[in-house]
Amino acid sequence: MKKPKTLLLIAIALCAAASFFTGGINPYYYDILITIGINIILAVSLNLVTGYTGQFSLGHAGFMAVGAYSSAWMTLTFGFVLGTSLPATGGVYLIALFGGGLAAAAAGLLVGVPSLRLRGDYLAIVTLGFSEIIKGVIQNAEPLGAQRGLGGMVQHTNFFWTYAVVALAIYGILTLVHSTYGSGFLAVRDDEIAAEAMGINTTKYKVLAFVIGAFLAGVAGGLYAHFKQFIHPEGFNFLKSVDIVVMVILGGMGSTAGVCLAAVILTILPEFLRTVSDYTWLPGPVRDLAENRMILYSLLLIILMLTRPQGLFGKMAFIRGKKS
Amino acid sequence: MIEFLQQLINGLSQGAIYALIALGYTMVFGVLRFINFAHGDIYMLGAFAGFYTAPKLLSLTGGGPSYGGAALVLVAAMALCAAAGVIIERLCYRPLRAQPRLTVLIAAIGVSLFLENGGQFFFGADPQAFPEIIADSAIELPASWGEFASLTLTIGQLIVIGSTIVLLAALRTIVKYTRTGMAMRALSLNPLAASLMGVNTDAVISFTFAIGSALAGAAGILTSIQQPSIDPLMGINAGLKAFVAAVLGGIGNIPGAALGGVIIGVLEALVVGYINPTYRDPLVFAVLILVLLFKPSGLLGKAEREKV
Repeated sequence: MKKPKTLLLIAIALCAAASFFTGGINPYYYDILITIGINIILAVSLNLVTGYTGQFSLGHAGFMAVGAYSSAWMTLTFGFVLGTSLPATGGVYLIALFGGGLAAAAAGLLVGVPSLRLRGDYLAIVTLGFSEIIKGVIQNAEPLGAQRGLGGMVQHTNFFWTYAVVALAIYGILTLVHSTYGSGFLAVRDDEIAAEAMGINTTKYKVLAFVIGAFLAGVAGGLYAHFKQFIHPEGFNFLKSVDIVVMVILGGMGSTAGVCLAAVILTILPEFLRTVSDYTWLPGPVRDLAENRMILYSLLLIILMLTRPQGLFGKMAFIRGKKS
Repeated sequence: MIEFLQQLINGLSQGAIYALIALGYTMVFGVLRFINFAHGDIYMLGAFAGFYTAPKLLSLTGGGPSYGGAALVLVAAMALCAAAGVIIERLCYRPLRAQPRLTVLIAAIGVSLFLENGGQFFFGADPQAFPEIIADSAIELPASWGEFASLTLTIGQLIVIGSTIVLLAALRTIVKYTRTGMAMRALSLNPLAASLMGVNTDAVISFTFAIGSALAGAAGILTSIQQPSIDPLMGINAGLKAFVAAVLGGIGNIPGAALGGVIIGVLEALVVGYINPTYRDPLVFAVLILVLLFKPSGLLGKAEREKV
């Protein structure tokens, strides 16, 4: 990456150019396209926490929920403050996306601070617990629709905004971890004790990773809320977190390109499996199995861990560490 | 006061279930230092093992609900779960024993997801009615107890609490007074030293999984006596709560797991009774986070230092 900034500009320009042609796309494919973008943002952001910094988090959907709900609340409440024209409501939408990201980042700070004292398995459970608490709070918050879900957002999310954020997220994370400052993340992952002995503030890096990861997940949540126009607490449950974790693990922890690829594959795979279940010439059980993608995911996880724990495209600094 | 006692009774019988599951977490953590994420789903398997074996076993003892038949169902479910636990350890965890803990943890999450979704695939996703293996009814309390006579206490609750006490006593005997139990304790102190002293580590680990899974299977049956609606995802929530219980009591500590289970059960009943049922799950996780923040070693556990 010689001129990352130029690449970023080119990528955003490409998004803008491509967005002129998305009008004619079949709505089903358009939906998949946007979902892919949102999943890439989620996977890349979790990769910063899990892949680069080595902190296993099972609560990424919780941050997404915070972003989705706070941005949706903002556009629902302040959507027409600046007027009803498209630029006015669009401006509010962009501010709300950012605000949703900030809210999620605040939640990330809240999770990151206790994470200082925990590692591995405990951290996984605590992040899972946090996302359950977030879900519980939303389920009890009347202004957020409680258990009925929240709807009525204007569909502002389009191809351009989604992939512009994708480009920014990938650019931001790659430049961060490849900077001198960012090698602290890798140091924490490779050997926390050694990193600490070398004078690296491991706590700061861990919290920073959580906050940045949560911010991006929050923005992804905002994009999602303003694309689907309806959000429900159960949409951000444990299984959503697992979906994101599977993307990171399949792609290979610490490999941004691999994780992006895995996000694409794992978004298309269920749709593909759905068509497989329509092929009536296949035996019944095969079709049933194809419909239940989670069975395949779980087998994929187990087999991957047994045979290639570094993921399909992982570089494997991760496993090189101490045994036990 | 009466209402408080009532919640206490309800909480105690639910807490007994959590305690049984928590023991499995804590024992596996004791010998292998990892969280068996799939443990809650073994509890689900126990309930389904009972669901499928109960009609056959009950017909052996005369057909209707009976204590003998229920005991047979309990034993069958425990045996099946023990086998499942041993097989899972053998296939998924043993090959990864030399790998970093994160790899094993991810594999365990994979096993858990597989059991949940495989369960939905094979058993059906809809809740099923667990057969009545014991005629459950409220016990008439003598009128001479005054206002306490208005308490509701069911036979099912008594059986749950009673069976839990028996199982805990049996576990304590095994761990304290048998050679295998001694080997388990040795392994949790120092695996390398234990193997040098001639402990067959693989066999002891298999045995630990068998015992822990059998207890979870028993919990599955005991739950179904009280709440006869079972589904393949019932293990997620119960498993997480039991894990919190194990951490609260001090993970790796057997009496701690039992104590933590009872505390979580009672706490939950009080929240449901006095605050708001929807806060039940968030509260349990809040307890977990508070424990990990302020006393990570749990109520009865010993702090462990990270060695370089």
